[in-house]
This record gives sequence, structure tokens and C-alpha cells, in this order.
Amino acid sequence: MSKFPKFIAGTALATLIAAPAVADVYGLGREALPEEIAAWNVDISPDGSNLPEGSGSVEDGEILFSDNCAACHGEFAEGAGNWPKLAGGDDTLANDDPVKTVGSYWPYLSTVFDYVHRSMPFGAAQTLSYDDTYAITAYILYSNFLVDDDFVLSKETFMDVEMPNADGFIIDDRAETEYTQFTEANACYENCKDSVEITMRATVLDVTPETEEEASVQDASEEAPVEVAAAETEAPAEEAAAPAMAEPDPELVAAGENVFKKCKACHKVGEGAKNGTGPMLNGIIGHPAGAVEGFKYSSGLQDAAAGGLVWDQAAMTQFLTKPRDFIKGTKMSFVGLKDQEDIDAVIAYLSTFE
Amino acid sequence: MSMDDLKTSRRGFLMSSAAAGGALLAAGTARAEGADPLITEVQDWASGLGDGVDATPYGMPIEFEADVVRRNVPWLTADPISSINFTPIHALDGTITPQGCAFERHHSGAIELRKEDYRLMINGLVDKPLVFAYADLERFPRENHVYFCECAANTGMEWAGAQLNGAQFTHGMIHNMEYSGVPLRTLLEEAGMDAAGDLSDKWVYVEGADASSNGRSIPMEKALDDVLVAFKANGEALRKEHGYPVRLVVPGWEGNMWVKWLRRIEITDHAVESREETSKYTDTLADGTSRKWTWVMDAKSVVTSPSPQSPITHGPGPLVITGLAWSGHGAITGVDVSIDGGANWQKARLAKPGAKMALTRFYLDIDWDGSEMLLQSRAHDETGYVQPTKAQLREVRGLNSVYHNNCIQTWHVNTDGSAENVEVS
Ligand code: HEC
Ligand code: HEC
Repeated sequence: MSKFPKFIAGTALATLIAAPAVADVYGLGREALPEEIAAWNVDISPDGSNLPEGSGSVEDGEILFSDNCAACHGEFAEGAGNWPKLAGGDDTLANDDPVKTVGSYWPYLSTVFDYVHRSMPFGAAQTLSYDDTYAITAYILYSNFLVDDDFVLSKETFMDVEMPNADGFIIDDRAETEYTQFTEANACYENCKDSVEITMRATVLDVTPETEEEASVQDASEEAPVEVAAAETEAPAEEAAAPAMAEPDPELVAAGENVFKKCKACHKVGEGAKNGTGPMLNGIIGHPAGAVEGFKYSSGLQDAAAGGLVWDQAAMTQFLTKPRDFIKGTKMSFVGLKDQEDIDAVIAYLSTFE
Repeated sequence: MSMDDLKTSRRGFLMSSAAAGGALLAAGTARAEGADPLITEVQDWASGLGDGVDATPYGMPIEFEADVVRRNVPWLTADPISSINFTPIHALDGTITPQGCAFERHHSGAIELRKEDYRLMINGLVDKPLVFAYADLERFPRENHVYFCECAANTGMEWAGAQLNGAQFTHGMIHNMEYSGVPLRTLLEEAGMDAAGDLSDKWVYVEGADASSNGRSIPMEKALDDVLVAFKANGEALRKEHGYPVRLVVPGWEGNMWVKWLRRIEITDHAVESREETSKYTDTLADGTSRKWTWVMDAKSVVTSPSPQSPITHGPGPLVITGLAWSGHGAITGVDVSIDGGANWQKARLAKPGAKMALTRFYLDIDWDGSEMLLQSRAHDETGYVQPTKAQLREVRGLNSVYHNNCIQTWHVNTDGSAENVEVS
């Protein structure tokens, strides 16, 4: 018997897997090289197979987490704003509002390591070393009270960690619990109910986005390119006041818009831009640092601002190359941009927002 | 702004469409008082000239249809880069979803990947690990199939109660396209599966090239059955937001498995238990245990019009009630419609016989007497399954299942033709 549920109605497993004696082979593609396979074949399985050599401590993980993850997931992995919570929620799975976190819900530690290594931090995925990934994973476990503060996670200690909800999952049982009762035989066609009452209305909660308002937002974004163009033609007048900054070249601006995708998760620009994980960046170029109203800057950035830091081309270039080297203690969890071209482009793009 | 103004503006959409309904009623009726100037007077368009060819080398819908677009629900997610939007199913007809308004779900944004930069690797328990360029894929024998793709979370916000007022928002995480591509089986055979030995307990792990590197484990039986490695949808290249240049098509199974920007296929002897098959896309039951591997999308249907975003604008008389039905287990065999909240059901007319794992359009043409209706639809599929009520599902799963909500939907249609999402006893 297959361990899988019977999901392919009417198809005998045997006919599918009995591959034809001679399958057609077309001779297309080429053999994958070992180093290519090593580069992509990095998924980690529950039994720990494919775990890389390396290790990392809770202590190192705390610093790494604070630098790379806390902006969205909170200093203690408790989650910031609407971003995912990674810790807490113990014993809530049967409650009205279960809180699903690594500690309360995830059945396998391999999944944490694998996901953090391949998909986080958001906006700079696949940049963490194996040692750093071990350390951050150890810190997430610590935040969930699953290991002590002197714990070191490595290939060797990996399988010792017990995940609280490891036994919390069952394989799809709809075939037994649902399909047997939701059937033709049980379907009613006439006089199925004595009376029908409305028991709940969506308009009471009223959480539907307003269609008209959304439509006008849509219009605004369609008009955006026009606004950018207008801003460009107005630029010379502004320039007299602001420190000399070359008029942005439209091609560079367009390239910068593309680079800005790396920033978008945390920064907004344009009409109505609000502060998010990072401050909104309208009018940032040529203006003093740490001055966006309503944003809580790190003390590092506040100090730099007090020292008179202005976001001119040179300062922005240094900051965006290595944010944490340029401003010690900044809470901008972003690795930096490698290419000078990208930096120039994103600065040109930002300079179009007043 | 007073409280009352606020209320009107919040409900502005409903109100204004009802009002517009009144206006249309006057303008749209063929029984006009005097002679219709649209007929008796020569109109500009009947005299001057329209656009020449090439005015739009790639055409967009005419401006009057500008509101038929994808929309999102901003409060659902922290950021639009990891988010979802919804197909405007309330405004579409037939079954094929145009790519430009087919819902999007990204975990790390829609990436731009050129065909020249595209690589697909097959590794793991294969005889010979392979790398394909995009052009290689176009040289394998190809198939065409129409399939629906439904996000497991479609209707998920409605578990605890009626929440979102519109078929687009309650049921719009679905699209239905004609795909052209190569069967996954063909590619696996190209790499050779002798190394895998007994295939009955093997898996195929598939992974995307974007930063989320979404990965899912698919049992070999399904992989060899009908999974497609697709590069065209509705005749043209996939859109960026749907995985250009290559995505996986996993007929009848939850949308998250339809990996976009497909870059790797690995034969394994176990499920990888990736984040998307443990933390997400698992269904928590009332007692706190959770179902995993709930891949199939059960039979489901919804009335797309009339519905909250598509109110009746013409008053009593002939009315077309229409909607969509689908099943991940095969073909739709019938759809019942109730106008009295499920007390009595009548058979709807299927526009075409149901096709496997594809949307089916149904119609019920009635003579509306102008009275209130509680509109519902109920799908039947080829396995004999009948779409359940919300109460029946809650009985089995509780309120926190999030995914795979295929319950019967109710719209309360008022005498003025406006409609609202409700729950009934
Ligand atoms: C800019 C914000 C941001 C930063 C910085 C960030 N993440 Fe995330 N994280 C997210 C988002 C958004 C998701 C959900 C992604 C999705 O929808 O697939 C997520 C998901 C996760 C999850 C899975 C949560 C779940 O319940 O499934 C883990 C674990 C995680 N992040 C760990 C990290 C770690 C570790 C770091 C630092 C190395 C990090 N993240 C940095 C935004 C961020
Ligand atoms: C993971 C979130 C995140 C990403 C991604 C990110 N930033 Fe930031 N950024 C922040 C935060 C948080 C701050 C506030 C820093 C502080 O207070 O130390 C900041 C501050 C800044 C500032 C200083 C603003 C001021 O008012 O002084 C600039 C300029 C800036 N970021 C530009 C960028 C650019 C350009 C990118 C993309 C190339 C980017 N950031 C990517 C989170 C982010």
C-alpha cells in the first residue's frame, strides 16, 4: 500500500509508475556539473541530511539577528507590526486565534535552517553564510525557550533539538472525514430547511477595501511617470537652493527605480508615502539625515544627524555601500549595494521625489 | 466629515452602484419615451474616424473597462511584495481568465528573468543530472491543457464569518488558463529514473528561482500523471507575475505548488517539509492538530453575478444568474442554484460540459420578481462529491483551518438589486 492518500481518483498507481520499457529520450540538455548541483541543491531535510559543515552560537545569533532580522521580526523574534512572529504562541494552536511560530508550530528544525538560509533576510536572500545561519537558527530557538543561552548549533547538535509541535501533524484525512459525508446521497433538493435567517453580514465588519478609493489610487500610480517628469523639469529651480546635484538622467532614473525594489520592503516614496520599517524617503537627497517626522531612528543615526550629516551624493554612496560601517549601530538591516552603478542609479531615482 | 458622511462614503460603492442602477434603468431601457437620439442623430463615431492600426501594438481593454482589474486587500499582509491580489471574477464571463487580470501571489515579488538567463536543473535520484536552457524545453513534444489554479487560501478570510464584500475578494484567488508546455514526466524520463528504484514512495521536489525560492514536494504519482512544465498561457508567453519564462502547472492542486520561475526539480525519497508545506499551507483543526499534504482543491462554486460588486441594475424581469464551478478531483458534473438560502435547489445550465480540473461556467436564467433573494450555488463533481455548507465544514475542521475553504457562498440580493455577503442559518 502506498503511504500516500488516494488522491488520484480512478487511476491505478501501477499504470502511472510502470514506466514504459523504453522511454523516449531526446538527448536534450546537458549533464549538470557537480559544482552546479552543489550551488543549487541546498535544501535540508527533516533527518538533517544535506546539512552543511559549520556551527553558530546563540550569543553570535543574537547580534546577527538584531542586525539582519529584527527590523521586521523584532529583537526577540516576537514580530514587529504586521511582519511574521517567529517566537511565542506556545499552547495556542487549539485557541480561537492560534499564534503559529517556529516554537509553537514548526515540526522540523531543518525547515528553519533551510528557509532562513535560502529566503531571508527579505530583500537580501541567500547572503547568509552557513555559520551565520546556524547562529541565527540557534537564536530563534533561544527566543522560543527551546535551548539555553550557551547553546551552539551545529551539524552535530542539530538532531538533538526537540521541536514542541513535531507530532502535531496528520496526513490529509479528508477522504475519511469529509468525502464520505459530502455526497450525492446526502444532498437535499427540496424543503431542506424550515426557515432561513441571516446570521452574519460582511458589511457589519466592513473590512472590504473601498473600490472607488482604490480605483483613484490606481489612477494616481498610472499618472506617476508624468509627475516624475514634471519633477525633473522643475529641478533646476530647486537646485539653486539645494547643494549642487546633477540633473538626473532619465535612463539612470529608470535604472534606479529598478534598484529601489531592494529598498521597497522598508522604504516608500512618492505621493502619500508613509514611514514603514524605514523612514519614507521623499526629498532625502541633499537633506539632513535623521529628519523624517514621526520616524524613530536608532541612536547611531541620531548621533550622525547631530554631527551634521547631510545625504549628499558622497554620504549616500558610503552609506549604501556598507550601511553598518558608515553608521555604527544603524537599524537599517540591509547588506548594501555592491555596484557603484546601482548606487548612482538609486540616488538619481530618489532625487526625483521632493 | 460627519459620521453619516463617513458611513455613506464607506458604503459608497454599494450606494453609488445602486443609484447608477436607477440611472441605467432609464437610459438602458429599450422602451424610451420619444425617439432615441442615439438612433435618430448621427453620432461622432458614425461620422469621423477611429484609431488606425498600431495605435496600440499590444492592446489593452478599452478605457470603459478600467475598473475590471486585480485588487488587493492591503490589511491582509505586511507588504505588497509578499502578498496576494484577486481576479475580478465578478466582471468576467466564460471561463478563460485573461492573463492581465489573473490574480498574483508572490513571496518575494515578481522577478524579471530573461529566457537567456533561465536554467532548469534536474537532480537527485536520477540516472544523469541535467541542465536545460529555455530553448531546450521548446524542443520536447508539447501539450495544451486548460486548468484552474486556485490558491489554497481562497475564501480563507471567510472561515470565521462573512468578511469581504465581493466575489472578487471572497473567491478571486483563482484563474483558469490554457497552458502549453512539456509534461514533467517527459523531463524526468530524459534524466532517467532507474536510479530511483521503486517509484511508488518517491517524491519530486520543485523549487523557484526567485528570492523566496519557494519549494514544494510532490509525490511521484502526481508528478508522472498530469503535471506540466509550462511556458505559454492563453497562447502567449507567461506574464512576469505568473512566473515568466517557465512555471509548473499542477492540475487540481493548490496554487502554491505551481512553482513560478521553476529552476530545479529533484527526485527524493522523502518530502522535504519546506516552509511552504509546514509553517504554511497546513490546515489546523479545532483540537490544534494540523493536516498536512492537503494538496487537492475540493469541488467549489460561486455565483459571480449578481454579487456585491455586480448588483442587478435593471429591475424585475429577465435576469441572468451566473457563476463558476471547479473541482481538483476532476470534472464538474452539475451545479445547483438556490435563491432562498438553500431551502430549495434547481439545476443550473452548464455553458459547456465540465472538463477535468478546469473552470465550468453555469447559468440560471430566471424571471426575477424583484423580491429579496439569498443566492447560493452548489457544485457536484465526477467523484460524487457535493460542495458542503460552511456549517458542515466547520463541524469537521473548526474555525482556524485558514486554507481549503470550499463552502457554499451566500449573497443577499435586496429588492433594489444590491447584494451583500452574508451567512445564513
Ligand atoms: C524587510 C523585512 C524582513 C527582514 C529584514 C527579515 N524578514 Fe523574515 N520574513 C519577512 C516576510 C515578509 C516574511 C514572509 C514571507 C512570505 O510571505 O513568504 C518572512 C518570513 C520569515 C520566516 C517564516 C515565518 C513563518 O511563520 O513562516 C522566518 C523563519 C524568517 N522570516 C526569518 C528571518 C530571519 C532569520 C531574518 C534575518 C536573517 C529575517 N527573517 C529578516 C520579512 C523580513
Ligand atoms: C530591511 C529594511 C531596509 C531596507 C531593505 C533598506 N532600508 Fe534604508 N533604512 C531602514 C531603516 C530601519 C532606517 C533607519 C535607520 C536608523 O535609524 O538607524 C533606514 C534609513 C535609511 C536612510 C536614512 C534616512 C534618514 O532619514 O536619514 C536612507 C537614505 C536609506 N535608508 C536608504 C535606503 C536605500 C536607498 C535602500 C535600498 C538600496 C534601503 N535604504 C534599504 C531600513 C531599510
